[in-house]
Amino acid sequence: MPTSLIQPEFLVEIDYDKCHKCGRCVQQCGWGVYSFNERPFPDDSKCRACHRCVTYCPAHCIKIKKNDLALRDNANWSPELRKNVWRQAESGGVMLTGMGNDKPYLKIFDHLVLDACQVTNPSIDPLREPMELRTYLGRKPDSVGVESNGKGGYKLKDGGGVSNNIKLDTPIIFSPMSYGSVSLNVHKSLAMAAERLGILMNTGEGGLHADLYPYGKNVIVQVASGRFGVSPEYLNRGAAIEIKVGQGAKPGIGGHLPGEKINKEVSTTRMIPQGSDAISPAPHHDIYSIEDLRQLIYSLKEASGYKPVGVKIAAVHNVGAIASGIVRAGADYVYLDGFSGGTGAAPAIIRDHVGIPLEIAIAVVDQRLRDEGIRNQASIIAAGSIRSSADAAKAIALGADVVAIGSASLMALGCHLCQGCHTGCCSWGLTTQKPELTRRVDPEWGAERLTNLVNAWSHELQEILGALGVNAVESLRGSRERLRAVGLDQQTCEILGVKPAGL
Amino acid sequence: MNASIRAAFEDGAKTIVLNYVNGQRYIGTGLHGRDLRIEVHGTPGQDMAMFMDGPTLEVFGNAQDGVGNTMNSGKVIVHGSAGDVLGYGMRGGKVFIKGDVGYRVGIHMKAYEDLRPIMVCGGKARDFFGEYMAGGLLVLLGLNSRLEGPLVGGYLGTGMHGGTIYIRGEVEPWQCGKEVGVFSADETDMAELTPVLKEYCEDMGLDLDEVLSVPFTKLVPVSHRPYGKLYTYL
Ligand code: SF4
Ligand code: SF4
Repeated sequence: MPTSLIQPEFLVEIDYDKCHKCGRCVQQCGWGVYSFNERPFPDDSKCRACHRCVTYCPAHCIKIKKNDLALRDNANWSPELRKNVWRQAESGGVMLTGMGNDKPYLKIFDHLVLDACQVTNPSIDPLREPMELRTYLGRKPDSVGVESNGKGGYKLKDGGGVSNNIKLDTPIIFSPMSYGSVSLNVHKSLAMAAERLGILMNTGEGGLHADLYPYGKNVIVQVASGRFGVSPEYLNRGAAIEIKVGQGAKPGIGGHLPGEKINKEVSTTRMIPQGSDAISPAPHHDIYSIEDLRQLIYSLKEASGYKPVGVKIAAVHNVGAIASGIVRAGADYVYLDGFSGGTGAAPAIIRDHVGIPLEIAIAVVDQRLRDEGIRNQASIIAAGSIRSSADAAKAIALGADVVAIGSASLMALGCHLCQGCHTGCCSWGLTTQKPELTRRVDPEWGAERLTNLVNAWSHELQEILGALGVNAVESLRGSRERLRAVGLDQQTCEILGVKPAGL
Repeated sequence: MNASIRAAFEDGAKTIVLNYVNGQRYIGTGLHGRDLRIEVHGTPGQDMAMFMDGPTLEVFGNAQDGVGNTMNSGKVIVHGSAGDVLGYGMRGGKVFIKGDVGYRVGIHMKAYEDLRPIMVCGGKARDFFGEYMAGGLLVLLGLNSRLEGPLVGGYLGTGMHGGTIYIRGEVEPWQCGKEVGVFSADETDMAELTPVLKEYCEDMGLDLDEVLSVPFTKLVPVSHRPYGKLYTYL
C-alpha cells in the first residue's frame, strides 16, 4: 500500500544549465526540501512555496509551480476537501495550520468604498496642510471640566481626562504575537519599530523577554489564561495590560505551544520549565462572568498602579452585548479580532468556520456602545486581516479608534504566507525558534521595514482624510456616512449602518 | 485601603494588622518584599495576594475566591475555609488553608526554576482540584471538614502535565482525570511531603502525627505532553 494518497502541492523545478551548484537553496530551505549530491535535488512533497530559496538563488534558476494534477471536477467535493479526508484518514488527528483563514468568504471591506469631496466641500491637501493622525487609547471622561490656570485663564481639568490614555502617533499598532510563536528577533523588530513610530507592540501571551524591557512604554503586555510570564515586574513594564479572552482565528479556543518549542530562552520568558507543554485554555478559570472579568480588570489595575487595561475578544455573534459588558466592567479598550485574523497555530476547522467578519463586529460594537451612551468609556481596537491603509480607514469609519496589524507586519519581515507557521520551520526565521533560522531576521533591518510599512500606510491615511475633507483621524471615527456599500445585501448594509452606493 | 497598605510599607512598616476586615478586595495584590507581613482579622474579599511576590499574609477568619492568584512568592495562611480558584496559575510561594476549599483549586499551578508553589488545604475540596496543573505541590487533607460528600470532587488533575498532588486518604477512579497516574505515596514521597506538613501543622496548631496517621495517595501526570498526539500538520 502507498503510505500516502496525497500528492505534492508544488513542484520545484531547477534549471540545471543555469545552476551554480552553490548549495544555497539547501541552506536556505527551512522545510528540508533539498538534498545535495553534486547538485541540488528537491523533494517536492516538502515544499510550501515560501520562496526563500527562490529569493536567495544567485542564478535565478528555481521555479516553483502549482502541481496541477487533474482531479475530476466536483463542485461539491473540492480538491482540498478530498485531500483533507485522505490526510485525516492517515493520521487520525485534528488538522493544525498557521496564518489566517484562506477561504473565499465575502470580504466586506472590499465591498465598501469611501466617499470624497468635490466642489462645495473642498478636499484638503495633506502635503500642505497639517493632518492629524494622533489617537488616544483609553477611557475618556463623561464630561470635561475646566479649572483656573492661575493666570486669569482656564485649562482643562486633569488634562482633559486623557491623562492615563496612551498617545499613539498613528492609529496603527502591532497585533499580539507571542514570543514562542514568533522569534525573539521578530519581537525586537516590533518593539524597536513601535518606539520609532510612537505606537505599540503587544507581547501576546508569551511574556516579555528581558531584552525588551527598555521598550516598555511602547508595549502592551498580555495576560492570558495560562498566565505565562505574568509577574508583578511584567505588569509594571508595560504601558497597558490586555486580558486575552479570545482570538479571531480561533474563537473559543486556547493556545498550546508544544514542549519542543520551549527552549531555554522561551522558558525563561514564559517562566515555565524547558520542554513542557505551554497550555493556555480558552477560559480563564477565574473568569466565568462579567463580574469575574471586572474582578480581574481591577486586580490588574491594583497590581500595576492603575494602568489602562483592555480586553481582547474574537468577533462572534452578540459581540455588541459582550463588548458593552466589558466596557461596563471597567476596560479601557476593547480589542476586536475578526474572522480572518492570523495565528501561529489553530485547528483549520475552527480557523475557517468559527467567528464573524470583523467589519460587522466593529459596526455593531460601536453602535451598541453609542446607544448605551458609553462609547466614550473605551477605545476600540480592530484587527483580523487589516491588509492595507484602505482597510484601516474603513475600519475607523465603521467605528474603530485604532487598527492592529499582525500578518501584514510579518509580511514586512519577509513572510510569504506559506501557512506553515505551526511547524516551527519558517524559512524566513519568523515563526520558529531554531537558531539557524531566527538569525535571518536582523532586528535593525526588521524595525526599518516595519517603520516603512506603517509610515507608508499613515501617509495613505492622510491622503484618504484629505480626500474626505477632514483633517484629523478622530473626525473619521464612526463616520459611516462617508462609506458606501457596493454589492452588499440590504440587511448587511443595515447592520453596518452604511447606505448602498448611489444613495 | 490597599493604597494605604502600600504607603505604610514604603514608609518602612514591617507588619500591618487589619482589624474588622469585611470583604475588602485585593489585599496584598501585587505587593512585593520578603520581610513584610499583613495580619487580617475578619473576612477579606477576592483576589487576596494576587501577583504577590514575597510578603506573608495571615488571615484569622475565612477567605473568599482567588487567594494567591498568579502569585510569585510569599506565604498565605488562612485559619478558616476559602472559596474557589485558589492558587490559579501560582508560580511560587505557599498557600495554607485550614478548612474546606471550593471548586477549581490549584488550577494551572506551575513551577519555574527555584520557584515551586505549595498549597495545602486542610478540609475537603470540590471539583477540578489541580486541573491543568503544570508544576508544584498540591495537598488535600480532609480534616475537620464541614462539607457533605466525598473528600474531593470529580475531574481531579484533569489535563495535569506537571507537579504532584497528595491526597490524605483514597480517591476513586471516577474522580480522576485520565491524564493522571494514581499511586500510594511511598517512603520517598513522604520524605518530600513531611517537612511541608510539619510547617503547615506548626502554622495551624495541628498535630503532625495525627495528620500522618492516614496513608496518602499520590497523583502525578502520566505524560508531560498530554496533547502531543492530538494534531496532524496541514
Ligand atoms: S541556490 Fe540556485 S544556483 Fe545555488 S544550488 Fe540552489 S538552485 Fe543551484
Ligand atoms: S511566518 Fe513563515 S511559516 Fe508562517 S506563513 Fe509566513 S513564511 Fe510561512
